[in-house]
Amino acid sequence: MVVFSKIGMAVLAILVGSGGVVALFYGANALVERFAPGQFKGRILPWVYLAPALLLLLAYLVIPTVLTVYVSLLDARSQSFVGLNNYSSLFADPGMGEAFRNNIFWLVGVTGISVSLGLLIAVLADRVRYEPLPKTLIFLPMAISFVGASVIWKFIYAFRPAGTAQIGLLNGVITSLGFEPVGWLVERSLNNFALIAIMIWLQTGFCMVLLSAAVKGIPQEIIEAARIDGANEAQIFWRIVVPMIRSTILVVSTTIVLLVLKVFDIVYVMTAGNQGTEVIASRMFKEMFSFRHYGRGSAIAVLLLLAVIPIMVVNIREFRHPNPTR
Amino acid sequence: MPPWLTRTPVHLALVTLSLLWTLPSLGLLISSLRPPADVISSGWWTVFQHPFEFTQYSLENYRAVLSAAGMGQALLNSFTIAIPATVMPIAIAAFAAYALAWMEFPGRQWLFLAIVTLLVVPLQMTFIPLLRAYGNLGLTGTFAGVWLAHTGYSLPLGIYLLCNYIQALPKDLVEAAAVDGATHWAIFTRLIVPLSMPAIASFAVFQFLWVWNDLLVALVFLGGTPTVAPLTITLTNLVGSRGQDWHLLTAGAFVTMTVPLLVFFALQRYFVRGLLAGSVKG
Repeated sequence: MVVFSKIGMAVLAILVGSGGVVALFYGANALVERFAPGQFKGRILPWVYLAPALLLLLAYLVIPTVLTVYVSLLDARSQSFVGLNNYSSLFADPGMGEAFRNNIFWLVGVTGISVSLGLLIAVLADRVRYEPLPKTLIFLPMAISFVGASVIWKFIYAFRPAGTAQIGLLNGVITSLGFEPVGWLVERSLNNFALIAIMIWLQTGFCMVLLSAAVKGIPQEIIEAARIDGANEAQIFWRIVVPMIRSTILVVSTTIVLLVLKVFDIVYVMTAGNQGTEVIASRMFKEMFSFRHYGRGSAIAVLLLLAVIPIMVVNIREFRHPNPTR
Repeated sequence: MPPWLTRTPVHLALVTLSLLWTLPSLGLLISSLRPPADVISSGWWTVFQHPFEFTQYSLENYRAVLSAAGMGQALLNSFTIAIPATVMPIAIAAFAAYALAWMEFPGRQWLFLAIVTLLVVPLQMTFIPLLRAYGNLGLTGTFAGVWLAHTGYSLPLGIYLLCNYIQALPKDLVEAAAVDGATHWAIFTRLIVPLSMPAIASFAVFQFLWVWNDLLVALVFLGGTPTVAPLTITLTNLVGSRGQDWHLLTAGAFVTMTVPLLVFFALQRYFVRGLLAGSVKG
């Protein structure tokens, strides 16, 4: 019975939330239709349709962004003005330096490997008759949450002392080859790369789908002509395929860079940023909730925004005007 | 060389990569079906020594994780969060997109540009002021608070996508309806919404999965209250508190994955389109 009442409550909440917004528009529209005098109706109605969106955008994005910039110039409790002190203390802080360094590992590792692997798979799968099968299997992890993926990989990296049966796949393989088991998430020289591997596993499918569509868009005549002229497969790949899909490669890479700049979940679940695995976003979470230093937390957010803007500009420009000849 | 021989490395590479990509999830699925004692005493790959001995599998872990570990409540909470957090942005973004695309008013283009610009704002930029405001308004830890946050965050993308699609619908159709005396409400509900279904579906699939898989927004605005925590938070807590109970963790992780995987297989076309379109989200 308890179960049914819980399900009932959930259904009720869903109906109120989803129905409420539709009722809101219906009611507002009916009011304007009924009471607004003819010539004003046309002028008021657009703003009735836009109002909820504009209010939410102001409340959730515009005003908080301005406030965050302001709070980043105040002290921990936002009581006195400290100028750029939060920023200079961030750059002097060794923990933050580590977060910057790790984020660069993430950017280079995830972007480089998942884009090149994605391209490789796209080109290879294009040549076989069972193309959808490997593509589906490799794309599948995209459906999994970062938290779910973290549990999957925590199990792969599971460590048992030497001599006992290993339950983690990676240590199982290593010990059967005669090596000592490794603490993948504890060893400081390895753990960042162990985390980066998870993101590569998740994102390669995304790169593959976009790049595969671009590869299929290359006119077959161009490739045939090159073949007749005696070009080998490697030359066709580097001199024709890659230059022709350059724009897509750029969009895919910038998209991955944007995602990785803000990576948080994987680090939070796997190591909580300990053992030298901190990244920028997990550091900000710590400043907010562990240290309660809102000034520094806001300063990190501002740095993140400054890093995102140029990449976003490139991304949107290429995304909106894909130019394959450039 | 005969053609089948030159093809061999291609097949080999594809099969190897497919296997590599599947093994992690397969290991999770198999482990979640094994009894707790087996999970911690031997590797999951040992079941392949006699894979058809069905007594070594059971659904007991799922029963345990859904009732005792609180995953059942979390599953309900995830639905309660994700469904309104998908319907609300669609409705609000669709009305706004219609107004921006087909209604005449001053500053229309300027407004559209301003909304698209908001795509660059990382969510992190908004947390601290919103958290304070939520504290004052008593919205922390409520479903309404998360719905509104997810809605606000998804509007730039939603308006951008839907506006681009709605704008491209044939002009004659809309004008003919207006000449026939149809009100904006009628044009929107009877003409624009049905015609825009492909775009709406892609955005819906993307937004639903984004919310379902989200950890950060839920952590910030819900805190850790178990009565409202979605699957992602409950699973994260399980990793922290029962990190060695692999039978619970594997079953729990699979519970969080079932809905996205169903969406993936049922709506693959919209899923891919939605992901591609949503890739610019902040």
